[in-house]
Amino acid sequence: MSDIGIKASAATLNAAKPYNYNKRMEPAQVIRWTILFLGGVVMVMPIVFMMSTSFKWPHEIYNLMIIPDDPTIENYTYVLEDGRFYKWFFNSLVIATITTVSAVIFDSLVGYTLCKFRFRGRMVVFVAILSTLMIPTEMLVIPWYLMAKDFGWLNSYWGIMFPGIMTAFGTFLMKQFFESVPDDFLEAARIDGLNEFQIWWTVAMPLVTPAISALAIFVFLGNWTAFIWPLIVTNDPNLYTLPVGLTTFSVEQSVEWELIMTGAALATIPTLIVFLVFQRYIIRGVVMTGLKG
Amino acid sequence: MKSLKKTILGITAGATIALSSGASQAVEINYWQYFYEARVNAIDTLIEQFEAENPGITVNQTTFPYADYRTKVAAAIPAGEGPDVVQLFYGWLNDYVEADLISPLPVDAFPPETIRKEFFPMVQAMEKDGQYMALPTAVRSLALFYNTRLFEEAGIDGPPKTLDELVETARALTKTDAAGNITQVGITTGMNAQDHHWVREVLIRQFGGEPYTSDYQTVTYDDNAGAAALQWYSDLQTKHGVTQSGFMDEPQAAFKAGRAGMHIDGSFRIGALKKTRGLEWAVAELPAGPDGTQSNYSSYWVNAVTSKAEGEKEAAALKFLAFITSDNAMQIWLDTVGELPAKPSAGLTDANRADPVFGPFISGLAYAKTTIFANESGQRQVLMDAMQRILLEGETAENAIGIAAEQEQVILDRYYK
Amino acid sequence: MHWYRKLSIKQKQVVWAWTFLAIPVLFYIVIRFYPTFGAIVLSFQNWNLLGAKTWAGLENYQRLISDPVFWKVFSNTFIYLLLGTPISLVISFVIAYHLDKVSFLHATIRAMYFLPFMTSAVAMAWLWRWFYQPVPIGLFNNILSSLGISQLPFLNSTFSALPSVLAPAVWAGLGFQIIIFMAGLRSIPQSYYEAAQIDGVGSWTILREITLPLLKPTIVFLVVFSSIGFLRIFDQVFNMTTNDPGGPLNSTKPLVLMIYDTAFNDFNMGYAAAQTVVLFTILLIVSLVQLYVMRER
Repeated sequence: MSDIGIKASAATLNAAKPYNYNKRMEPAQVIRWTILFLGGVVMVMPIVFMMSTSFKWPHEIYNLMIIPDDPTIENYTYVLEDGRFYKWFFNSLVIATITTVSAVIFDSLVGYTLCKFRFRGRMVVFVAILSTLMIPTEMLVIPWYLMAKDFGWLNSYWGIMFPGIMTAFGTFLMKQFFESVPDDFLEAARIDGLNEFQIWWTVAMPLVTPAISALAIFVFLGNWTAFIWPLIVTNDPNLYTLPVGLTTFSVEQSVEWELIMTGAALATIPTLIVFLVFQRYIIRGVVMTGLKG
Repeated sequence: MKSLKKTILGITAGATIALSSGASQAVEINYWQYFYEARVNAIDTLIEQFEAENPGITVNQTTFPYADYRTKVAAAIPAGEGPDVVQLFYGWLNDYVEADLISPLPVDAFPPETIRKEFFPMVQAMEKDGQYMALPTAVRSLALFYNTRLFEEAGIDGPPKTLDELVETARALTKTDAAGNITQVGITTGMNAQDHHWVREVLIRQFGGEPYTSDYQTVTYDDNAGAAALQWYSDLQTKHGVTQSGFMDEPQAAFKAGRAGMHIDGSFRIGALKKTRGLEWAVAELPAGPDGTQSNYSSYWVNAVTSKAEGEKEAAALKFLAFITSDNAMQIWLDTVGELPAKPSAGLTDANRADPVFGPFISGLAYAKTTIFANESGQRQVLMDAMQRILLEGETAENAIGIAAEQEQVILDRYYK
Repeated sequence: MHWYRKLSIKQKQVVWAWTFLAIPVLFYIVIRFYPTFGAIVLSFQNWNLLGAKTWAGLENYQRLISDPVFWKVFSNTFIYLLLGTPISLVISFVIAYHLDKVSFLHATIRAMYFLPFMTSAVAMAWLWRWFYQPVPIGLFNNILSSLGISQLPFLNSTFSALPSVLAPAVWAGLGFQIIIFMAGLRSIPQSYYEAAQIDGVGSWTILREITLPLLKPTIVFLVVFSSIGFLRIFDQVFNMTTNDPGGPLNSTKPLVLMIYDTAFNDFNMGYAAAQTVVLFTILLIVSLVQLYVMRER
């Protein structure tokens, strides 16, 4: 009975209603909303300028008017007509998607293990994994390159992906979020005869969907914007990721900012989509009934 | 019957000969440079011509983004993943040579005496131990860009020919608003761009000094000449108020936006300026010093053969290199990329010399110097810091140049140890 | 699998734990630790990527200690941490807390706060640099002078440059922290709040006694992770100070920028490795201290 109960309550995802929704029209609430909204506008201002710059001719880019005197879509046509743009876009998409799926699975598994299992060496493993966050990627790029060369991974999707298939950041995040999963649930599942893997996948994971969604968004973003490693490991321009490809607009001694802004605007679209898709899982939250105070 | 057999035999024999001779000569070599559309087009044209003249050789061009091109090449070549012919910035060459990653050009095909005669003097920096390490297709120099519309508005006849005239002209072109903020600079300045070259190889010499010893291993601008040069340069902002460091973020941005009367920059800027809508501009040689001294700074990217290319590939690579450093290639480069030929024979033709845009740059090549940097960004930073000390901390030019000389000498010493 | 059945429950747990950890641990050892070890070894050598490596003993470290730029960089790095982490965490928590209570256009507002995090750091850096420019093109100074206040130098002063560079870093990072906080807030079971409401407890008390304590794992994560992030700050500084890297006069240069410069402009890999070891040590100590202080008692 209990595992069905767990699944049922975990599946009772609450709609995005804050607990005091009945206070919707109170003055405090209105003020709160207004300040948040204005704050949001301030946050977004630079991006508005970025969009605006992407529609300007080079001589106007420092013009502070949001609507340029002489608007043009020339920048967009220039970037989009470049056949390579779609290739870069596709490469980034494939790589980011695969690494995201991989990282979500592995990071959750490791985070869960470090959180819910007691074994000697647990803290050591945790700190060791955490410590991998403390070396800047720049210093790892050369050893990775030599390693990739020895294994024959140069110039391939796998070559670009392999450093990112699991992340210390995600492991840390998931470990923290698994703390909020009550041990009782896991015990009950064990009593019901599920093995540890099943417990992780069917009981624990659904209870941390907000964290998984957040993780997915961040890993996707991190891989989508990766630059230095994809540049070093690929010789074939057909394999470039989007950030590498977009640097063709900054040439020696001169950066064409209007094109950079255009590229940045276009690059934001998939991350925006991923965000919009996943964010609702963060918001739904989790309801756990049957929890004894 | 007989004739058919003969025909078949004949065709087969002919085909075999054709195939085998083709197979034994088909060599593929790789060429790397950084991505810049015009350069890619130029090399594509040259490859087409080269392959037509050398049917057994195929050349593949691969390009990389300019940002981190150096790191990319430095990672790939030692790992054996590099090309057969590579384009490098002249300043990087030493390290590659020392690590035996570049094969010096054999003296029979590339005799040093001939090269010395045929190429502009600053290419001699590529000679080491009686052999040339690499050769450039094109070189760049500095010149004075000026906005002809602003000149007309201010009633100025022509570009300044001396440093004093430069200050005068700049004064006439500077505009400020009611609150005293500059809205248009007479001349752009910024050590982060080309100005540090201008100070080093031009101004210091024009004030009677030398920036370095001839082997570029010792700093010699810590003297009155150096101080005077830096003083003159900083006075543009602090005394005459005709410029502002960091105005409109980058000097070339200010000029492109039509907010700068004059702008010292390299020939690589020409392409971008030609594309800028509504900008009316012209070029003049750098102004001469108080006693008429003219000087210029030239930099260039060189083509080198890597040690990875061996046997047939090396032979093909050398052939290709010779081709892309020929007069014909240089003219194509000039027309497509807008970079100056590395040989006077190609560069100083009447047509080129008379060209209103290229002419001043090409004339500058005759007296241009090339700085051998140990670490260009580090040495540039030294002069940038010197200017910041003057502008932000009120340091005197003498002290600033003294500190700069010290810091730069440390960099040089560490490199040459 | 007979031996498995003979194990006690606890021992079975250990077997499962290590089974789960097998591949990841292998991955981290090969992909992260091995190169890190290589970097540590490299810090005792001289190497310019092209030639051979030669032993240098403690030379790199001695040079580091006697380099005044290093000490400036060291203090810059800590200023980034001490200003950045508290400010960004407080702001992001306040926003997340209130955003949690708002439902009208909730998704849109949340997207607005997250958008900066999603956009290219290079593009954003240029935009902020543009905003910091003096009149006539700088947005902030234009606003200031139209209000009659004198202009601020922002990036052009050794005093205000670092905070000016920190601002976009905080701005961009807010989205990340807000999302994590929101995930944390939404993980708190409603039943707690319902019970408190029934008991008639005020919102301040709820915040102090229920929300914050239950949010602790999230807070721990964000404190440690943001600290690492600010100590490792690079993108904003690199892209905003292209005209004077780490400047003016090294006032904005953090350690990672110094490492990058040493490795990819100077090509002095041994010296860069020594700096990396120092950075690593700092990060490790700071994180361990934080984890210890915030541990579950």
